[in-house]
Amino acid sequence: MSTATETIEGLVKQEYKYGFYTDVEVDAAPPGLNEEIIRLISRKKNEPEWLTDWRLKAYRHWLTMKEPEWPKVHHAPIDYQGIVYYSAPKRKKDGPKSLDEVDPKLIETYEKLGIPLKERERLAGVAVDAVFDSVSVATTFRETLSAKGIIFCSFSEAVHEHPDLVRKYLGMVVPYTDNFFATLNSAVFSDGSFCYIPKGVRCPMELSTYFRINAANTGQFERTLIVADEGAQVSYLEGCTAPMRDENQLHAAVVELIALDQAEIKYSTVQNWYPGDADGKGGIYNFVTKRGLCKGRNSKISWTQVETGSAITWKYPSCVLQGENSVGEFYSVAVTNNYQQADTGTKMVHIGRNTRSTIISKGISAGHGQNSYRGLVQVRPGATNARNFSQCDSLLIGNKCGAHTFPYIEVKNTSSSVEHEATTSKIGEDQIFYCNQRGIATQDAVNMIVNGFCKEVFKELPMEFAVEAQKLLGVSLEGSVG
Amino acid sequence: MNPPILEIKNLHAGVEGKQILKGVDLTISAGEVHAVMGPNGSGKSTLAAVLAGREGYEVTEGEVLYCGKDLLDMDPEDRAREGVFLAFQYPVEIPGVNTTYFLKAALNEIRKHKGEPELDAVEFIELVKQKMKILHLPEDCLKRSVNDGFSGGEKKRNEIFQMAVLEPKLAILDETDSGLDIDALKVVSDGVNKLQRPDKAQFVITHYQRLLNYIIPDYVHVLFDGRIVKSGGKELALELEEKGYDWIVNGELQAV
Repeated sequence: MSTATETIEGLVKQEYKYGFYTDVEVDAAPPGLNEEIIRLISRKKNEPEWLTDWRLKAYRHWLTMKEPEWPKVHHAPIDYQGIVYYSAPKRKKDGPKSLDEVDPKLIETYEKLGIPLKERERLAGVAVDAVFDSVSVATTFRETLSAKGIIFCSFSEAVHEHPDLVRKYLGMVVPYTDNFFATLNSAVFSDGSFCYIPKGVRCPMELSTYFRINAANTGQFERTLIVADEGAQVSYLEGCTAPMRDENQLHAAVVELIALDQAEIKYSTVQNWYPGDADGKGGIYNFVTKRGLCKGRNSKISWTQVETGSAITWKYPSCVLQGENSVGEFYSVAVTNNYQQADTGTKMVHIGRNTRSTIISKGISAGHGQNSYRGLVQVRPGATNARNFSQCDSLLIGNKCGAHTFPYIEVKNTSSSVEHEATTSKIGEDQIFYCNQRGIATQDAVNMIVNGFCKEVFKELPMEFAVEAQKLLGVSLEGSVG
Repeated sequence: MNPPILEIKNLHAGVEGKQILKGVDLTISAGEVHAVMGPNGSGKSTLAAVLAGREGYEVTEGEVLYCGKDLLDMDPEDRAREGVFLAFQYPVEIPGVNTTYFLKAALNEIRKHKGEPELDAVEFIELVKQKMKILHLPEDCLKRSVNDGFSGGEKKRNEIFQMAVLEPKLAILDETDSGLDIDALKVVSDGVNKLQRPDKAQFVITHYQRLLNYIIPDYVHVLFDGRIVKSGGKELALELEEKGYDWIVNGELQAV
């Protein structure tokens, strides 16, 4: 414990440390969006016709849609024609076959981020797919995994190597018509991770995707698709960073999870996109659609997220509980400091009998940050004996921030039970002084109180991530008191 | 003569522009127990707050030396690390922060400050177990969040327990007797007495004399309207109990 505290102490003195830029030659599309750009992306990736058509259908549908206005966030209008929709580090041939062929600059970039791609240097037990701007640059531990029949590769590769699986599951949980940003993603997504765990296999290591936005004026639109077949189990981690820039950058990803009978998927995110500077200039717009389908009986999907970055976060990792006895969980810590805005929460849609869901949301607001929890618990008529428990706690630091809660509950089955608890508290001067009087400095006191507030969520994170998350929180809230 | 630990000289202080302390003079030396008594509103808690460095209190005149150093120039956490401990009149609840973790962090800050190695979890638990016995504190208090859901008596015992672990050079007890029944008062006082050492000092602030039946002071001071108007031995407390504060207050008024 004391080492974690020391690291926090060291880190609070730092600014966003992932804000560097890697100078690599890129292969980029011109800015703007039209059918030609979509065909270009599809051509670059050598995609089959069905996928090109799927993209075009999405694009045409997107043209009929309006950007959602209901989130409690404010930003200048986004110029969708000003964004570059495809940017990839230049490759020598068709793409690297092994790590030796990956541009050393990219390997160096990930090393700087603390994600060494060379397997022997990796902590045993985590396989990584590294996504750089629009493409996946490397996936580690593939052989170890394939020995068990596990497929873990970039989305582009999956399209070529496992077209039947991709075609079967793509859009099953988040159809291309789903919402403005998911539809945009369906039209222009460039890469992402694909993962398939076969029947009865328990994935022997954590799988992880690390997203990095590098190029300027570029949007990142990746898609992750994870399928756990009957009785399979997998734990998946996602991390992300971006350089510091004065302009806002758009990240509109889609994550789809599918759990068949008895399968379990645990998906953890530590989101650390560049949040903008202290005056609210720059930062990532993180408009992401994440949804899991508990398709089979007794299946389980668990989302854990620690959201510390991004100028604006708009994200609702959700569970559709279709299979009987299926379980959905959502554990979230969302931090907004300076001028950050977050509108985040979850949807739990109970369709099957005896389905259960748990929502634990912890919102922390500091500076001028605005933090909203928005959640929907829906019990459909067939969801006999469905149960939900929701707990939404907000912690305020200072007088200029805000916390808001928008819980929606729709119950159409009388045998179900839904509980909702909410609290709002403030880190008081009395608490800080009490800690000071025991020898604990103000920033350490804040970290201690905040970590205490979040511990129900942190305990859901894989070990390494939990330490990372505590450190991040320390950095994010630096200078928020006094 | 023992070296002085605390020297308060002509201390004037207030809050929100209101003058509360109007020239306090007091010297506490190693090995001594001093008690400050006074009616409500006389400035007792302000004195404790100023010594601990609570924000919002403004010192307008005078100085305070702690072991020869300018106390008022130090941040509150540095005062604590140097060995100034305040047992709060109203201990603060910190939900979510485990008591053991909190106290270990505090102790290690103090040890670091002294250049001593930090204690690891095992060493700390050993230490804590010894100290728990002094206060008869139920073990589950340590597992709970700091003061969260503690009864009034448990909170006060927890303050003295923290004092036992942190071993301050100067302990300031702010109305530690308030809200305690007689049994709890005995336990707390007994704990405080066991912690007194020849190289340490205790500064007991109280409204009532009854605490001083258990914590026997070497000196008693009466604070009235921001000044110490009378000092004496432990018998002064008894006299006050018998005659009430009016006895001194009226005398004071006559002198003016």
